[in-house]
Amino acid sequence: MPQLNMVQAINLALKEEMMRDPDVVILGEDVGKNGGVFRVTEGLWEQFGSERVIDTPLAESGILGISIGMAAYGLKPVAEIQFVGFTYPALDQIFSHASRIRSRSRGRYTCPLVIRTPYGGGIKAPELHEESPEALFCHMPGIKVVVPSTPYHAKGLLVSSIRDPDPVLFLEATRLYRLIKEEVPEGDYTFPLGKARIVREGKNITLVAWGSMLHKVLQAVEGYDDVEVIDLMTLHPFDEETLFKSARKTGRVIIVHEAPKTCGFGAELSATLAEEAMLYLKAPILRVTGYDVVMPLPKLEDFYLPTVQRIRKAMEDIIKY
Amino acid sequence: MPEKILESFEIRRLEILDPKGEVDESLMPSLSADEIKKMYELMILSRTFDQRAIDLQREGRLGTYASILGQEATQVGSAFTIQKSDWIFPSFREMGVYMTLGYPIHQLYQYWAGDERGLKAPEDLNIFPICVPIGTQMLHAAGAAMAAKYKRDPIVVITYFGDGATSEGDFHEAFNMAGVFKLPVVFICQNNHWAISLPRERQTAAKTLAQKAYAYGFEGIQLDGNDIFAVYKGTKDAIEKARRGEGPVFIECVTYRMSSHTTADDATRYRSKEEVEMWKLKDPILRLKLFMERKGLWTEPYQKEIEERSRQIIDEAVRVAESVEPPHPEDMFTYTYAKPTFRQLKQMEDF
Repeated sequence: MPQLNMVQAINLALKEEMMRDPDVVILGEDVGKNGGVFRVTEGLWEQFGSERVIDTPLAESGILGISIGMAAYGLKPVAEIQFVGFTYPALDQIFSHASRIRSRSRGRYTCPLVIRTPYGGGIKAPELHEESPEALFCHMPGIKVVVPSTPYHAKGLLVSSIRDPDPVLFLEATRLYRLIKEEVPEGDYTFPLGKARIVREGKNITLVAWGSMLHKVLQAVEGYDDVEVIDLMTLHPFDEETLFKSARKTGRVIIVHEAPKTCGFGAELSATLAEEAMLYLKAPILRVTGYDVVMPLPKLEDFYLPTVQRIRKAMEDIIKY
Repeated sequence: MPEKILESFEIRRLEILDPKGEVDESLMPSLSADEIKKMYELMILSRTFDQRAIDLQREGRLGTYASILGQEATQVGSAFTIQKSDWIFPSFREMGVYMTLGYPIHQLYQYWAGDERGLKAPEDLNIFPICVPIGTQMLHAAGAAMAAKYKRDPIVVITYFGDGATSEGDFHEAFNMAGVFKLPVVFICQNNHWAISLPRERQTAAKTLAQKAYAYGFEGIQLDGNDIFAVYKGTKDAIEKARRGEGPVFIECVTYRMSSHTTADDATRYRSKEEVEMWKLKDPILRLKLFMERKGLWTEPYQKEIEERSRQIIDEAVRVAESVEPPHPEDMFTYTYAKPTFRQLKQMEDF
């Protein structure tokens, strides 16, 4: 079985879905001849041609706006936005249209669109290249939000996202693109959207994370016994049951994300746990997050992102409580 | 090195029927007497719909409504050329387009009364729901045209918008995409001179809107939007051109919004009575009537008959719209996703 990194796994998912379904098309800036700025679409233009791997003009709202029209017409576009910070000019199309076409047309038209975009820090990139705005999208009904954390899961989740009848924002942690390699099988396999996975079982503390923070958490729990780690994988709709079950078992929950704390997705998880599992909790739900600041440029980004030390501190605090 | 002229351009304006009802025979499209009468009747029906909508709003039976008064020729004339298999992406002021295409009239009243079920297009009609954000639907039109081109479907996509929309970023992105990919899309601007309180001159410093297409590499043409023959011919030519695979066309229909922006707006605050009076003389319905009278296609009894018929159609549409069972609260959840989420299922238990 081939050892692939995240870029190669996503590329394989795209290739296999395009071979399987002629309605799948790719579009975005530089996705064709150049193979994408991160090379995620490498080789696809050569294999499928410029009608299916479409280099578009530089226009984010335009890319997503035409993707919506294509999706409504019956294709399954996979649009790439080069960095998630550049979805901001296209939020109108995502929020005003992609998310509500099914609703506005009472099911007559739908938007089976995937928006693929790298997100997150830790790569020493310029402004707006390291954003983590997943909560914005989770708040908008009509969109699904998927964040894989490994190459193997990225492939299965992307295939599910492409086959999903609703618009999916597929966030790819830039820091993970080439960080890890693992066995990624060729051929069809999927992971259902809306299901979390337990990465490590334990009885004392539950740590919840997604995307690149999952790996920070796995580093932090090294040497700690009986710590449960959950990879949420889909943020909207998220897997409440797996979360409740774990919280009831451990009684202690720490949520780790790199987005700012205020109104971050951790707030939603925390409130949900407070509503459903309050009486099982032995300590307050803790959040280890980015700060409520604009994502800093490289000189300060390591101070912004949650660290192994901050996660361990939270684990010590929650046990002592 | 001497300076060179790299590009220059000219913008055509098409007018066929003048305010006195006379036509330029050399430009007149071939339309049968029945077709002309049908167009006239659709304009009367549109106006009857519009007046009733305003009355219903005043009576509290409809929510805020955007009138189409004065724009009947633009809407009926253009929609008259559209084929059933074509796709249409309207804005929110195209009731005449919907009606010309045969959209169920009671659904239009249902929508304006706040029932989203009014937006579900019949299966045999590829018209998109009313679009409230300004200009965003032009990109969907470009996308649908791109998909049709990919699937080799011989259809054309038509999108409608106002003069205000030409100031939006998505207007430019849609024009750019359509030009670059040579898409089978026809952009129809109903330049009705006013974007709420801002006149056309405050939207752009350009002399015409039509010329904007030029910068994106395709044809733009200005039509007298109160002249139904010019609108019909201009749109027909554009659609045929797009259908032949010769790329997009931008049509600027110069017309006038004779009422306020919506029933929540008062146009007397920002525009002169004289201007409105001047445009009343250019009324698109009056103009076609004068033409038909000359041709022996119009008589007083005919007018009475079609007005009565329109009233009956509208009465019936209002009756049906108001007798539809109100939507069940579960209806809110039904169309957010293909299948409700776990959390939605719990929330639905409230009902």
